[in-house]
Amino acid sequence: MSESLLSVRNLTRHFDISGGLLDQIRFSGGRFHRQKTLVRAVNNISFDILPGETFSVVGESGCGKSTLGRTIMGLYAPNAGEIHYRGDRIDNLDPRSLLPYRRKMQMVFQDPYASLNPRKTIRQTLEAPLRYHNPKLSNGEVQDRIEEVMLQVGSDPQWISRLPHEFSGGQRQRISIARALIVDPEFIVADEPISALDVSIQAQILNLMMDLQQQRGLAYLFVAHDLSVVEHISDRVGVMYLGTMCELAETAALFENPRHPYTRALMSAIPRLGGGPGGHVRLRGEVPTPINLPSGCVFHGRCPHANDRCRVEIPGLRRLDDGRQVACHGVEEGRI
Amino acid sequence: MAKLLEVRDLVIRFGLRTGEVTATSGVSFSLDRGERLGLVGESGAGKSVTGFSIINLISKPGYIASGEVNFNGENLARVSPERMRQIRGNRISMIFQDPMMTLNPVLTIGTQMTEVLHRHRPELSREQARDIALDKLRKVHIPSPEKRLEQYPHEFSGGMRQRIIIAIALLTDPELIIADEPTTALDVTIQAEIMDLLMELCEKDGMGLILITHDLAVVSQVTQNIAVMYAGRIVEKGPTSRVIAQPQHPYTRGLIAALPQSSRHGERLNQIPGMMPTLKDMPPGCAFNPRCPHVMEICHRQIPALRPGSNGNMAACHLYPEENAHE
Amino acid sequence: MSRLQTFRDSYLWYSFRRDKVAIASLVVLVLLVLMAVFAPLIAPYNPYDPEMIDIMNSEIPPAWEDGGTTAFLLGTDSQGRDMLSTMIYGMRISILIGIGAVALQAVLGVLIGLFAGYHGGRLDAFFMRAADVQLSFSYLMVAIFLSAILQAVVGVARFGEIAIPFLILVIGFSQWPQYARTVRASVLAERRKEYVEAARVAGFPSHRIILGQIFPNTLSPILVLSTIQVANAVMSEAALSFLGLGMPIDRPSLGSLINSGFEFIFSGAWWITVLPGVLLVILVLSINLLGDFLRDVFNPKLYKG
Repeated sequence: MSESLLSVRNLTRHFDISGGLLDQIRFSGGRFHRQKTLVRAVNNISFDILPGETFSVVGESGCGKSTLGRTIMGLYAPNAGEIHYRGDRIDNLDPRSLLPYRRKMQMVFQDPYASLNPRKTIRQTLEAPLRYHNPKLSNGEVQDRIEEVMLQVGSDPQWISRLPHEFSGGQRQRISIARALIVDPEFIVADEPISALDVSIQAQILNLMMDLQQQRGLAYLFVAHDLSVVEHISDRVGVMYLGTMCELAETAALFENPRHPYTRALMSAIPRLGGGPGGHVRLRGEVPTPINLPSGCVFHGRCPHANDRCRVEIPGLRRLDDGRQVACHGVEEGRI
Repeated sequence: MAKLLEVRDLVIRFGLRTGEVTATSGVSFSLDRGERLGLVGESGAGKSVTGFSIINLISKPGYIASGEVNFNGENLARVSPERMRQIRGNRISMIFQDPMMTLNPVLTIGTQMTEVLHRHRPELSREQARDIALDKLRKVHIPSPEKRLEQYPHEFSGGMRQRIIIAIALLTDPELIIADEPTTALDVTIQAEIMDLLMELCEKDGMGLILITHDLAVVSQVTQNIAVMYAGRIVEKGPTSRVIAQPQHPYTRGLIAALPQSSRHGERLNQIPGMMPTLKDMPPGCAFNPRCPHVMEICHRQIPALRPGSNGNMAACHLYPEENAHE
Repeated sequence: MSRLQTFRDSYLWYSFRRDKVAIASLVVLVLLVLMAVFAPLIAPYNPYDPEMIDIMNSEIPPAWEDGGTTAFLLGTDSQGRDMLSTMIYGMRISILIGIGAVALQAVLGVLIGLFAGYHGGRLDAFFMRAADVQLSFSYLMVAIFLSAILQAVVGVARFGEIAIPFLILVIGFSQWPQYARTVRASVLAERRKEYVEAARVAGFPSHRIILGQIFPNTLSPILVLSTIQVANAVMSEAALSFLGLGMPIDRPSLGSLINSGFEFIFSGAWWITVLPGVLLVILVLSINLLGDFLRDVFNPKLYKG
């Protein structure tokens, strides 16, 4: 495991949404007591990302995939678990010791309209992180780096004195990518980077991301809900449901032969161009809230194969013979 | 038998502070009873405004400058607001992307459903209205509808809310449903269920459906015919399977090629360079000419009319000879 | 050049050109402020110069009334000072105190709002409760209390000298919660935006994110609030001075002028009270109308009076 770029071990992130002290007080059983309301967004997740690969995390809204990406980037502190970058533990560092890793790990966001500061010119947006991490650079060198990055993301360096509102969504997303690239990272968390864009622009940004990966040897953690995009660009994919990783496999293996019942339902629902309607696996019930997680396997309430064991015991990710990992008692027992 | 809906040469303009802009021009399409039509395009292509114009719901600075919207032979672009109210929400229903736009958060589902019914059919008693509401909720597969009638919108999940919107749209047994990005805010598993539901309803009750969306894959599964819009005009229309398999217009070709396909894992996607022009800076001639790989001299001068392409699809492109340009 | 062009294309300029009330208010306000700034050049007399005051000229009515003279266009007050000059100088003091107090409020309130909003938690709870407490009793009460003590301690004569900074402090400190709340509300909205997360991913320290990234995006509500607060501060000053707790009569503000004329209003010398009163109304009204215009142009949701 030492060759992995990033390794995440038993990562857990909960959000306390119980509000102030007064909101926490409950009355039950004849007396008052304090009760916290926790959203269990990410539970006990482990995986590795290799240098230069694209690892995608997919799942439906509310499954915790964005929280996972943000926790890895240190935007949220994990409640439990560890994050290692090239073997160094980084989840417990103070902001100052984290700085060298900030250069190596960058992030691209979903909403191109919110991710650029509307009051900052493109030059200011690109210059600030560059100078902050490289205080010794001369003005000329800064200018060169900005121009180089702008060209690399396919934007005109002449635009740098403009404000974000003068650009289209696709152009803004290029600038967001430029901002991530300017400190010369080797790992980028891309949180739904194309879902706010039009189809013809999506292809441009995806191509750009693939080109940059080849040129710079970048590794991506690609967080997305669009399965056909994920299938296209990923080396490996992890499927999340209710804060838990339920299946993790090489892309082709996962899409051709999903094993986890949830992955199967998800894959069957992908709209395929020219494919006939229907034929997808119908799930009963609805996604439970991450506030009251089901006992046992989080999927048991909707799973057609659930039995008593599933209702009690939480399945762990288990490696199968073909290398994929599945968290399912049914698969382990050979029932599915 | 006459067409259910026939839109002819629809021109929609917006009076903005910087001057008038044309949102759509020369939009024509028709719909038979029970037909499902997909109106596809990227944001700003004019597909939503076309949908809204059918029921005369374009918001303020916009207006129908010319053209006809014939619904059962009646030109809706010219009818009185009163007559429009009788048709809208009654003979034609609309489903929006965000269910909360349609649902009132402080009223129960039951109250909202019976209110809609009473507006269009005042003769119904409370019990009759309730029975119809229950029937429609069952139709959209909502479990234990009696209990659900008493609940408020926030007590439903996103997918359930969209089902309720569909149930409300069905209340008056409309002949046509216009669905504007009905599943864009939903997850894929729920999207698949909603699309199944819409298809089932159309097939069972012979309703017409206009599905407005940016998602070619969804349209290709649900509709029989497709009209592709670009920069306010229909650039290609034809039977869904043919448009998807043999697109004629370079824009449609580019759009389909830009979709990731499992067979070409990791390869560069086919991208259309540039972006769609905004309404204010339309290029002269064909609006697609700055991005088109086959651009010719005539494309800069003349806006191409819809004409049959090599396989019978209608395409608005100078690649196809003018002689064919009679419908 | 391009900045000017950006402004000319902006929605602000577009709506301003079509709003006659806003144009008129701005013209009036600019004229009044210019008069106040260049008071020594514009005013025909210097009301602070005892040499120029003759008690024999007291209570001369305005020029258009019987007994008026063109030497004193708007008449004179009970001490024989030219009303026009005294009003111009008085407005100067009113505007000075108004702007000074708002500057103090703004600095305090904006800083508290920014940091409390960004960090949240105990810091936020402490300052917001403090703001609640502050707003739950009238600033007039505090001002009356403090100025009574101050006048007793330093004496009425000395109080006149420190009246301007005192009024700025009292009005400034009493109104910071307005700013803190407004700014905090927009910080809470901005904090969630992805550009703030991007700045955190870049590793910037929090004070740099707050001042460099978030602060510029809270400027429009601050601007809207500031116009309204300047008008409020001018009125507060006038109220305190009217009650005899503000500017002394030898360096009158508009408020103390109104007060000083009040005892003569029934003896027929109405102009000593009414004219400064009219000027005060015009000043406050023009600021408020501009504030309304700005609030409509920027987000109307951000500040609800």
